[in-house]
Amino acid sequence: MSDALLEVTGLSVDIPTEAGVLHAVRDVSLSVRRGETLCVVGESGCGKSLTSLAIMGLLPPTAQRRAQRIVLAGEDLQAAPARRLRALRGDRMAMVFQDPMTCLNPAWTIGNQLEEIFTRHGKGNRRAAHDRAVALLERVGIANAAGRLSQYPHQLSGGLRQRVMIAMALMCSPDLVLADEPTTALDATIQLGILQLLAELQAEMHMGLMLVTHDLGVVARIADRVAVMYAGEVVEEGPARTVFTTPRHPYTRGLIDCIPQPDRMAPGQRLGTIPGMVPSLVGDVQGCAFRTRCAFARPECAATVAPRHGPDAHMWRCVLPPETLDRAA
Amino acid sequence: MPGSTPVSAPGEELAAQAALPVPAARRRRPRWQRNLGLISSALVLAAIVIAALAAPWLAPHDPYVQSLNDRLLPPFFVDAERAVPSHPLGTDNLGRDYLSRLLYGARISLLIGFFAMVVSGLIGTVMGVLAGYFGGRTDTVVSFLVTTRLSLPIIMVALAVVSVFGGSLEVVVLVLGFLLWDRFAVVMRSATHQVRGREYILAAQAIGCSVPRILWQEVLPNVLSSLVVIASYEMAQAILLEAALSFLGLGVQPPLPSWGLMVSEAKEVMLFEPWMIMLPGAAICVLVLAINLLGDGIRDLTVPEGRA
Repeated sequence: MSDALLEVTGLSVDIPTEAGVLHAVRDVSLSVRRGETLCVVGESGCGKSLTSLAIMGLLPPTAQRRAQRIVLAGEDLQAAPARRLRALRGDRMAMVFQDPMTCLNPAWTIGNQLEEIFTRHGKGNRRAAHDRAVALLERVGIANAAGRLSQYPHQLSGGLRQRVMIAMALMCSPDLVLADEPTTALDATIQLGILQLLAELQAEMHMGLMLVTHDLGVVARIADRVAVMYAGEVVEEGPARTVFTTPRHPYTRGLIDCIPQPDRMAPGQRLGTIPGMVPSLVGDVQGCAFRTRCAFARPECAATVAPRHGPDAHMWRCVLPPETLDRAA
Repeated sequence: MPGSTPVSAPGEELAAQAALPVPAARRRRPRWQRNLGLISSALVLAAIVIAALAAPWLAPHDPYVQSLNDRLLPPFFVDAERAVPSHPLGTDNLGRDYLSRLLYGARISLLIGFFAMVVSGLIGTVMGVLAGYFGGRTDTVVSFLVTTRLSLPIIMVALAVVSVFGGSLEVVVLVLGFLLWDRFAVVMRSATHQVRGREYILAAQAIGCSVPRILWQEVLPNVLSSLVVIASYEMAQAILLEAALSFLGLGVQPPLPSWGLMVSEAKEVMLFEPWMIMLPGAAICVLVLAINLLGDGIRDLTVPEGRA
């Protein structure tokens, strides 16, 4: 773990609401190595996006962040002053947002916004910024890149804008890119292209990529490691292959069963579903949060569930004997 | 943002299919050319500004020189018999050339309107943007100040200030500037609040922009259209108020040729020489109307619903 680029230990995010304190993220530990893709998976409202915002230090002012450690390339982000954080953001760590329609400022041209990051972080003059922007736009697959630079965001399609957002995140060649559901707002036909692009660039630039998504199919394609989040907690984490072949948490199992697999399923066979709703995270949350929806729930699930570890740095939080969920495949 | 977005090829085809009721010429012309109010008001305003700037060359006489032999000469359209060619719009009750005074009066009106708008715009925009961006306690303070300001009657405050400092151009500009910022603050606050929630603000933070930079680079360009509209409205408002204050003797002091002051001076002879009160009155009316129409036209151009 010592070669980790990003190391997060014991991260919690609390949001005070009228009904009580909402524990949106609870004791999350993650690590991303250089050249590695970590996918954070979970359903809506499980704290995936808040986790990435918390790492960037961009939580809304009402939300409170607590963590034992948030370290980026050996630098403690919690101890860093605001000025240093601003210097890191965009330069060493960058973010790709969910909705490319609203992430670009409608008042400025694409080129203006791309070049700003570069010059702002003192990487060179406008000339160099312009060249870098053209090169990156070409790299992310935008034809006529030089011409596009003088266009405004509303003149580009959603897919193009997300490519611009990716190029923007890469302007300063960051060590770490946090992508928060980068394909959710896009057409299904474009989604795969964008993800493949992200994966290619990640390998090419040898950076760490933390991809937040709710699409497990995506994860299977590009992830090195997977962290499955449920109700603000990482319930299972490990190498992608291990998690997919031998899931140890019933929630992960349920998610995997939801993926359509045309070649393995009989025509007309129903996809798996997970019954029930995510529990409220307001107030104290005791024991396994998934027990209300879990087919294997037992009385001991109500007590605090300690993380368990398997081979390959595989971690899960479940009291079940490890082999319960294995399938003859 | 460019007003005329090039329409993509498929969009043009669609428009062509749906274009039967729309005359082809109307479709092609840029939007601003279709706005009659905007064009005419811009032309009128431009004419007044040029007249004000070129007053020393356009005016046939010195606006301050009195000539008691030529008192109360009528303009050519009132009484062609008595009118004198060198005083096309007549003279006032001290024999000063009325056309020259009207031209120089435009300077006063525009000067006061513009600088009062700038002062109040600065105060109101800073307060509104800060309140809208930070919310919370800042917002509470700004809202309190706006309410306080709204509870002060402008004429009363102006009266008090003038009685302490005496009336002059600078005092009028400052009084109006410090009294007209409330609308700027309210509009900028809500406009900024809307922009604040957009993801591009978060994206700007994510690339390491500082707060002043975000306010200047990301927020301000996006609230600029509302700012322009309010600015035009407040400028018209300031010109009207200046005329009202000068009419009451609280604003610009004689012998400066303010339009409001000219109305005030003419009211003594209103029953005998009604044109004397009508000319500056009409000038005020045309200027205020032109500025308001211009603001309206700009708003029509910039609101998203107005985009064809």
